[in-house]
Amino acid sequence: MDDFMAARSQMALSLAFHIVFSCIGMVMPFFMAVAHFYWLKTGNVVYKNVTKAWSKGVAIFFATGAVSGTVLSFELGLLFPEFMKHAGPIFGMPFSLEGTAFFIEAIFLGFFLYGWDKFNKWFHWFTGLLVGISGIISGILVVAANAWMNSPSGFDFVNGQYLNIDPIKAMFNAAWFSEALHMCIAAVSATGFAVAGVHAWMILKKKNIQFHTAAFKIAVVFAGIAALLQPLSGDISAKNVAKLQPPKLAAMEAVYHTESGVPLLIGGIPNDSAQQVKYAIRLPKLLSFLAYDNFNATIKGMDEIPAKNRPPVPVTHYAFQIMVGFGMLMAVIAVLYFIIVLKKKSWRNKRWLLKLFAYATPIGFIAVEAGWTVTEVGRQPWIIYGIMRTKDAVTPMPGIAVTFYVFTAVYLSLSFIVAFMLYRQIKMVGKLYDIPLENKSV
Amino acid sequence: MLYVVIAFLWMSIWLYLLFGGADFGAGILELFTREQNKGRTRRTMYRAIGPIWEANHMWLIIAIVILFVGFPVIYSEMSVYLHIPLMIMLLGIIARGTAFSFRHYDAVVDDMQILYNRIFTWSSLITPLFLGIIAGSSVSGTIDTQATDFVHAYIFSWLDWFNVAIGLFTVAICAFLAAVFLVGEVKNDKDRRRFTIKARSANIFAIIFGTLVFIIAWLEKIPLTKWIFGNAISLTAIITALLSLVLLWYLLLKGKTKILRLLAGFQVTMILLAITYPHFPNIVLLRDGSTLSLLDNHGDKKTIQSLAVALLGGSIFILPALFYLMYSFKKPLLENE
Repeated sequence: MDDFMAARSQMALSLAFHIVFSCIGMVMPFFMAVAHFYWLKTGNVVYKNVTKAWSKGVAIFFATGAVSGTVLSFELGLLFPEFMKHAGPIFGMPFSLEGTAFFIEAIFLGFFLYGWDKFNKWFHWFTGLLVGISGIISGILVVAANAWMNSPSGFDFVNGQYLNIDPIKAMFNAAWFSEALHMCIAAVSATGFAVAGVHAWMILKKKNIQFHTAAFKIAVVFAGIAALLQPLSGDISAKNVAKLQPPKLAAMEAVYHTESGVPLLIGGIPNDSAQQVKYAIRLPKLLSFLAYDNFNATIKGMDEIPAKNRPPVPVTHYAFQIMVGFGMLMAVIAVLYFIIVLKKKSWRNKRWLLKLFAYATPIGFIAVEAGWTVTEVGRQPWIIYGIMRTKDAVTPMPGIAVTFYVFTAVYLSLSFIVAFMLYRQIKMVGKLYDIPLENKSV
Repeated sequence: MLYVVIAFLWMSIWLYLLFGGADFGAGILELFTREQNKGRTRRTMYRAIGPIWEANHMWLIIAIVILFVGFPVIYSEMSVYLHIPLMIMLLGIIARGTAFSFRHYDAVVDDMQILYNRIFTWSSLITPLFLGIIAGSSVSGTIDTQATDFVHAYIFSWLDWFNVAIGLFTVAICAFLAAVFLVGEVKNDKDRRRFTIKARSANIFAIIFGTLVFIIAWLEKIPLTKWIFGNAISLTAIITALLSLVLLWYLLLKGKTKILRLLAGFQVTMILLAITYPHFPNIVLLRDGSTLSLLDNHGDKKTIQSLAVALLGGSIFILPALFYLMYSFKKPLLENE
């Protein structure tokens, strides 16, 4: 593996790892706050137990997300120093604000985790909610920084110089809103499906049914609403990409030739050398419509982009298909669930429905990883779109492959340990969190 | 506005050294605690530091964000030449942060705890060691931007006796801060004696390693004595630190726990001041004699302005919340831990 590839892989690996933990750390506090609210309102101990159990999860995910985020803030410079030298002062604004948001999150997590029976109960509840709110704010800010890499603004690029820097303008770049919206909703639905799925498994296994049903009901509402909203934000994102980064759109949908009235491709295997896609389902004119609200709009194909500026089509296309596919699947499950529950509440406990959620546990996160791949790989070969190439930003230090292998080993073992610990948390629910008088008929 | 940003940079390094340092130190103390007492040390530290644990480490993030937003050239030069120690420090941060939360939030308590504890204590030692090495490398003139071969550019830029001695000194200071902090946290005599002894030995190690730093500086012709004794401010800082050290020893020997914490914090602050003051505005001294100055290498005016506003605005939210957090968890003292 050459150094350039190793640096990119290490960054990709670190982000892929961080994104899972930060999504959960950002969204789960809201689930927790809802359970906590129910408990304070109704006095039903089941909800207190759910709150406590989830708060352990939040602590584990927050700690892991925080360290992997710290690593990222260093890795930006360690792996791509040339990028940071120029980009730092321009896109740094969201990072400095994110520092504040993240700090507040850490402080209030301290209040919440250690504050049981120490504070006024509503103040305590509020600290938990603040963890979630500041988490979402820091998520939005980080995504705004990433959006700047896709749609750089807030400076003039003159003869290789970055002049007239305006950090506020850079933060509110053209892509920040659509990217942040899409990412936040994705975080909620991915976390919602993952949490609901785990509790569905446990209900199916007939373990601590009351506890898991309470938890499932909260998570599934978040998951369902987010999954229904996501196609809308996806549409906003797609239109934005069409406007700001035509090569990315072309790669996402494997458009090799500039045409008008371009069909939307579902699936298919792109072939770069033959410049065509095989085995895809083609929905006539739909891509033109989705991108430009016009069935006959022209879409720029790869043939109009100079070879050295083309993003890799197959990876981007596959990732996009996976993201959209799982996104749609989640929306369908959400519709199904809401229909069923509106018709008859007790149907929620049908085994097939629970099984559906159980199998759907990982799909939200697969979609998140795929979506992030679309954003990042679709921007290549640029690290700052249209301004700086990724290969010109990489560190001059040789031997990056070594650190890549070390970090791979570390992240793999961490993922393994976290999974193992979650397994143990769930296994121990009966002992730690369940109330003694369990109503088996629920 | 530039000076506001620089002040925040110094403040976050300082607070990271104090709070993060005490945090690292608690892990170091646990590493050097006899097996039968380890559980007690662990519990004491968890209750004393647990609530502000995550917040302690935010200072590092603030410092690094200030550096890359405000002083990107310095940030990227350090990232290139100190790549290896920074990576090792990062591995330490990952290992420590995760092992801490794993050992306290794992639902089952079994042999896995041995693994978590081992990872936690060793990374508590390695992380500040490399932090110290990185800090040493920035002032000892070991970074060679002219080097063309791997070893000189990326290894000898930090691997040097002086830097290692600074690293060891940092480790001792962290252990000292933690021990003094914990002396005031426990209420029973046995534990108080234990932490008092640890505070003394950590202090002795700090003095030994500090002397070592001066000896190596003399051997390697690093003008450390000139930096520290050559200007009024550093000189005053060092003298007051020494005077307060005498008082601290007196109180430690007498078994008094009041104001120990303030004294220890004061000493570390004075040491940092004495070292950083003579270099200002330079933050990195390079082998070829040139320097990376905070005044010459900052980002655009507008960047610095908005960074300063963000930092000032942020501290309005952060500082009161942080103080209230510390205050509210200081009220109930730990009985019979």
